[in-house]
Amino acid sequence: MNASLTLVIIMVILYAVGVYLLLERSMTRVLLGFLLLGNATNLLLLIVSGPSGAAPFFGEDDTVADPLPQAFILTAIVITFGVSAFLLALIYRSWRLANADVVGDDSEDLALARRRTSVAVDRDVAGDDTEFGIRAAAAVSTALDLTVQEEREEQESIAEKLRQQAERRSDS
Amino acid sequence: MNTLTTLVVLLPLLGAAAALTQAKRPRVQTLIAVSVLSAVLVIGAVLLVTVDANGAIAVELGGWSAPFGIVLVVDRLAALMLVVSAAVLLAVLVFSVGQGLADGDRETPVSIYYPTYLILATGVFNAFVAGDLFNLYVSFEILLVASYVLITVGGTAPRIRAGTVYIVVSLVSSAIFLAAIAMIYGATGTVNIAQLTVRLAQLPEDIQLILHVMLLIGFGIKAAVFPLSFWLPDSYPMAPAPVTAVFAGLLTKVGVYAIIRTEMIIFPDGKLNTVLLIVAALTMIVGILGAVAQSDIKRLLSFTLVSHIGYMLFGIGIDTAAGLAAATYYIVHHITVQTTLFLATGLIERQGGTTGINKLGGILKTSPMIGVLFFIPMLSLGGIPPFSGFLGKLALFEAGANNGSVPAWVLIGCGALVSLLTLYALARAWSMIFWRDSDEVASYENPLPDLAEIGGSPEVESVRTTPRIMVGATGAMVAVSVALTVFATPLFDLSARAGENIDGPGYYVTTVFPGGSE
Repeated sequence: MNASLTLVIIMVILYAVGVYLLLERSMTRVLLGFLLLGNATNLLLLIVSGPSGAAPFFGEDDTVADPLPQAFILTAIVITFGVSAFLLALIYRSWRLANADVVGDDSEDLALARRRTSVAVDRDVAGDDTEFGIRAAAAVSTALDLTVQEEREEQESIAEKLRQQAERRSDS
Repeated sequence: MNTLTTLVVLLPLLGAAAALTQAKRPRVQTLIAVSVLSAVLVIGAVLLVTVDANGAIAVELGGWSAPFGIVLVVDRLAALMLVVSAAVLLAVLVFSVGQGLADGDRETPVSIYYPTYLILATGVFNAFVAGDLFNLYVSFEILLVASYVLITVGGTAPRIRAGTVYIVVSLVSSAIFLAAIAMIYGATGTVNIAQLTVRLAQLPEDIQLILHVMLLIGFGIKAAVFPLSFWLPDSYPMAPAPVTAVFAGLLTKVGVYAIIRTEMIIFPDGKLNTVLLIVAALTMIVGILGAVAQSDIKRLLSFTLVSHIGYMLFGIGIDTAAGLAAATYYIVHHITVQTTLFLATGLIERQGGTTGINKLGGILKTSPMIGVLFFIPMLSLGGIPPFSGFLGKLALFEAGANNGSVPAWVLIGCGALVSLLTLYALARAWSMIFWRDSDEVASYENPLPDLAEIGGSPEVESVRTTPRIMVGATGAMVAVSVALTVFATPLFDLSARAGENIDGPGYYVTTVFPGGSE
């Protein structure tokens, strides 16, 4: 099978850029990435359909281009079109709701992160399982407790974020 | 018979179009949707009886003969899946009608809900009867696009966020699947599944392996198999209760069905069986460990859903007729029971106003019916005899023991452990939601983080009256799941016959090409 090297190189670049953009947090970039990925796959279908130049349904057996991959590509293009219209609507809705284009944090992850710090604090404050015994424990207990402070700050920032979200929601 | 087979796909599609024209009349839409799905249920039952008696049907669409045109293939497995999915879709539809009537349609804008639901049904049915890979891809796209709309229905902030994750992951899996189709077409010059099994076998082994793995990754994301499963518990719980129920019951099973077709017909040599078994064990264990740590019922159930996909993979990975029969029975059981559990959760959410386990209590006193409706599928999912979950697991373990390889024995151990942990996670939730006094709730401090506090799970207004139609639909599903136990022998015999059909590609190929394939 002969394949055009140019097409292959373009396909590779489209795949690479598409995957890179899909990994972004901004929804618009994800949409662009999806479009590039779709086009890369369409090119892949075109490449596997054999050399270009022959007409479909005309000529001798060997000179007929394979029409099936072209039908695949058309179907795939239509599907990509529909999905990108939906994604655009989703992005618009997300913008209206949160004034943000980025994918929000998972509330479960936030809860876990908060929980992990609180468990860690408990372990540190106990402090008597070091090899230096009471002395070290005293140092630990009298020291300024950064972890507790950090945790409080983090909780405050989460609460602040949620308050802002709630305000925005009530505004809209 | 040929007309009937095409009607399975056509009816819901035309029904969706008809329902869309009646956007202003929700009652007409409801009528269309219910009658279409009932019709498909009846057609599915007729097909199942016919196919079981006379052998599989292959329909060549538009009169184009097999490798050139599109074929729809109905064998015992496909017909069984059609019947079960039509029944589940119908029950969930009735449930959502009840919820819509009771809520005054605040949460679900009805004008697009029913048409989208029917399109989802089209995609599911088409995937079960698709006889070529590209048709399978198109049916996946149909059901995925419908599911994108359903998961973000109403457009609230948590649903948009969860929907984004779901949509991006699904897009990636579709891209991988399409790329796999392109490569398979490039290597063999066909996408007809029956022809592929002959032509792929002639390819060099390394190329076969690449194509095989690409297909499995594409389907594995859809089926939520272990390393590719993390999107599911994040996105499913946010959708409205009936939508979550139908997604949990059907969408992942369509992925599992595609894996069965891949393993048994497209690549029947079973080179990746050991990999499948390992992945099955990891799916089970990682999934259920996630479920144990949840404080929200919907999330907990989503994790058990992931975990129980492992059992089906176990049956597929054993690669014997008995293993496939067990996997088939298990899929039927799991579709029914998992959907029922999500529907019962919908009832709890209405009654208690939340799905956070920490905040619920004393529901058994206020509405004992919901308690029963949750309890029976819970025991079934946990594998307590005599329910269908026990029978399915028993059949799987038996098939595994007969296989006798080391991974099979390890999986039997994992399966028993996971079934115990499922029971633990669900029983804990049950006793807290139903048994605990409602005045205990305030003083209880749970070590698990509460999602509702930080805006994770949407709060619903607590409603004291639950519409009878919702309870009725859930009750009907519970009755179906009990029927799976009562009629276990005929159903299991049917699964066994289906398992013999799909163990190896021979039967499928002769169905599509009665004269033999080149």
